[in-house]
Amino acid sequence: MTDLLPLMAAKYNYWIYTILMMTGLYAMIAKNNLVKKIIGMNIFQTAIILFYVSIAYKTGGTLPIIMEGGHGGGHGAINAADYINPLPHTLMLTAIVVSVATMGVALALAIKVYRQYGTLEEDDINHQIRTQAGQ
Amino acid sequence: MRLLALIAVILTGGLIIFQTGAFPDFGDANAPANTYLSTYYLEHGQADTHAPNIVTSVLADYRGYDTMFETTVVFAAGLACFFLLRRKKVPGGEPRIYRHMPTGITLRIADGGKLPAEDSEVFRRLDTEFVPQQLIIKNTCRIVIPFIQIFALYVIAHGHYSPGGGFQGGVLLAASIILYAISHDLRRAIRRFSEKTAALMGSLGVLIYAGTGALCLLMGANFLNYKALAPLLGVDAVMARSHGILIVEIGVAFAVMAMIIWIYYNLSSAGKHDEGL
Repeated sequence: MTDLLPLMAAKYNYWIYTILMMTGLYAMIAKNNLVKKIIGMNIFQTAIILFYVSIAYKTGGTLPIIMEGGHGGGHGAINAADYINPLPHTLMLTAIVVSVATMGVALALAIKVYRQYGTLEEDDINHQIRTQAGQ
Repeated sequence: MRLLALIAVILTGGLIIFQTGAFPDFGDANAPANTYLSTYYLEHGQADTHAPNIVTSVLADYRGYDTMFETTVVFAAGLACFFLLRRKKVPGGEPRIYRHMPTGITLRIADGGKLPAEDSEVFRRLDTEFVPQQLIIKNTCRIVIPFIQIFALYVIAHGHYSPGGGFQGGVLLAASIILYAISHDLRRAIRRFSEKTAALMGSLGVLIYAGTGALCLLMGANFLNYKALAPLLGVDAVMARSHGILIVEIGVAFAVMAMIIWIYYNLSSAGKHDEGL
């Protein structure tokens, strides 16, 4: 137990992202309503975004916008430790917009399912499919 | 089922947390993710592409392929929503109800009857979203929307020097149109920014991005290597990369704006493009 607390303090970002990710996963597995499942998927995506952004952080680092040199092309010595890692930020920048667009598709599919079965509850839909197959 | 899910989730989460001991500490500058390539980007990014914002130079230059296909994914998502939901408008269909505003008389026009003009101020259509008084909302949005759009253009054009770029600016532009659709009504927004415009602008955005890459190929360099555009733009190789980033970001902004608006139109009216939220 004495080992666990400093470990938690040094790596608390992973704990937060894991809790958030598992919340999303639980919603995707356990919830019966399709829209709630989609919201669970969105929470899951947010957890991954948090994970990427948190590993990009460097203690004492600032935004990855180079200050030295100004418009002159930056020939001064640039210390990479002064700036946070730009790569995960780039990946997540596109991932956020793509997650909005793919969530649009998921909601469109939910509307389509509602039109077909008149409900968004998963067990009702399963019941309808089974009774149709039984006839 | 719920208990089973809870056990599975706790087990998975426990395994992940058990393994965090092997992960680098929070804020560790020497973590594997923060070395190798990212150091190169930070140290050479500005000299290579003349863009102080390294996120932009990585987004549109070093990882141009990735961003091109992300834009294509957004475009494909817009098309998917269209193909899943869009329904043909049945002529007439059900009776429509209009109110003659000066007298307050309500008219019911049967299927096939002569309908008043859509933008008529005298006749207002009564539907499920009809709200008699929304003066404050309408006027606030009328004032706010142009400023949102100007700010979006700033965000797109200033992506090299400050946080911003095509994705963010495109979403802001889309938000201004969606705000218009919410504060007024969906039909009015569609008259301003029609479905056809959305489809054309989205395709144009992807075309600008891929076309810039193909132009580089024609000029004798690799796909999306903007250095090759230097003779066309009349600047040196570093500046050509900077301009190449801007061109590509404009393409991204077009595609993202059009597709988010199109997805909103289809989702909010379930494909009928008649009554919105």
